[in-house]
Amino acid sequence: MALLETCNLQAFYGDFQALYGIDTRLEAGETIAIIGANGAGKSTFLKAVAGLVRRPAASVLFDRQPIGALSAADVVKLGIALVPEGRRLFPSLSVEENLLIGGHGRKLGGPWTLDRVYSLFPILKERRSQAAPTLSGGQQQMAAIGRALMSNPRVLLCDEISLGLAPIIIADIYATLPRIKAEGTSVVLVEQDIAQAIKVSDRVYCFQEGRLSLVGRPRELTREQIHDAYFGS
Amino acid sequence: MTGALDAVIQGVLLGGLYALFAAGLSLIFGVMRLVNLAHGDLIVLAAFVILVVAEKLGLDPFAAVLVAAPILFAIGFVLQHVLLNRTLGRDLLPPLLVTFGLSIIIQNGLLQLFSADSERLRSGAIETASIALGGGIAIGVVPLLTLLSAVAVIVILNLIFYRTPLGRAFRATSDDPEVAQLMGIDHNRIFATAMGLAFVVIAIAALYLGLRANFDPTIGPARLLYAFEAVIIGGLGSFWGTLAGGIVLGLAQTIGARIDPEWQILSGHLAFLAVLAIRPRGLFPRALD
Repeated sequence: MALLETCNLQAFYGDFQALYGIDTRLEAGETIAIIGANGAGKSTFLKAVAGLVRRPAASVLFDRQPIGALSAADVVKLGIALVPEGRRLFPSLSVEENLLIGGHGRKLGGPWTLDRVYSLFPILKERRSQAAPTLSGGQQQMAAIGRALMSNPRVLLCDEISLGLAPIIIADIYATLPRIKAEGTSVVLVEQDIAQAIKVSDRVYCFQEGRLSLVGRPRELTREQIHDAYFGS
Repeated sequence: MTGALDAVIQGVLLGGLYALFAAGLSLIFGVMRLVNLAHGDLIVLAAFVILVVAEKLGLDPFAAVLVAAPILFAIGFVLQHVLLNRTLGRDLLPPLLVTFGLSIIIQNGLLQLFSADSERLRSGAIETASIALGGGIAIGVVPLLTLLSAVAVIVILNLIFYRTPLGRAFRATSDDPEVAQLMGIDHNRIFATAMGLAFVVIAIAALYLGLRANFDPTIGPARLLYAFEAVIIGGLGSFWGTLAGGIVLGLAQTIGARIDPEWQILSGHLAFLAVLAIRPRGLFPRALD
């Protein structure tokens, strides 16, 4: 049974249509990756699921319930958290306050507490009272992930968590994914770093200009198929 | 020498009143980035609310403000939720126009209801009571209470902003309303709560406005000007800065008045201009933005 499903998901920015009928499925315990070139609609897809972009009510199903009519604030309370592109920590809050505010609207009990997040990312504990903008890029990304975990999500949506980071830092961050999944969280990754995304995901969806161009299990996809789906053949 | 010391003391006390005018404005700007041109008129409106409560229930103004504060909180909450939230966005003009319109509506509404007569909040002997400090200097009890209330308001606002989940949500929403929603924060509700809180501060400001001097429906815009000057002298985004800004303004006016009574208002504006020229971001600007 799919935990999260999109059915014929369309999204618009004013008159501009960014997504054309996207069908995706995330089973409990899975990780799926959304790949595609710049402007393919990957971030819009995550925003539409999270409730930041208007979408038809029945086009997003969570636990088989339509959630397309809910606001972003209500979606997170159901258990879907977004790590936004560019981290977007709150600059006037300390690192710890950024984490705490992640649990602001939390209605769900669950595994993630401040201590658990600190044990996942020990460096954040050292930097807990610093202002968020004083962190390095990698530390900010850790804080953004920790902040999302504080809502105890069943689905974690990650938008370009490797963007602008050194490979060694990216490896560090990806190394925490199994621990996050072990707590019962399913993950949707949007990535430019295809190799990284394919390595950790159960299924890959490739977007091209707002449409789904390829779906498959990573092992079953060839380089050529991905290349064509990514750039257009 | 005594005269100079007296001017300084009276100026600091007057600054307490201006800080109270400014604290609500500072809060509203700090959370919503909303420049509220109706702020002065809202203080006058609150003074009339306290007056009505005091007269109808036969209460002392200090007790009446306790009754009026929740009413004003509700008015502020609804005003923000149904009207002002719709004006917020990238464009700075709509909230300016709407609060300017609100200012005119409040002034004329109050004129209709209460006429142009001057009113005053009456609290008996305390109005004229004073404490002698020796050396011919005395301080009025009401001005002293004004300053103490201003300090208390600033301390409480700082506690709320920096020590509570609500304050954290205020600051986060002010930083980035979109991401705040991802935290489960309903930003419309948070803004409405902030406006409600600002209206409680407005109620306290209105109490001292009405106790210290006469008021009528037209005096709002001048209070707005003092509030603005105090906020900008102090630096945007800092409550303690707002208190300092109020005191600088109060001092400038009082010292100016000692030199020549006609210079009182002018000296305040000159001090404001001087701060703008020397420290355009105010005396205590917040580190960011």
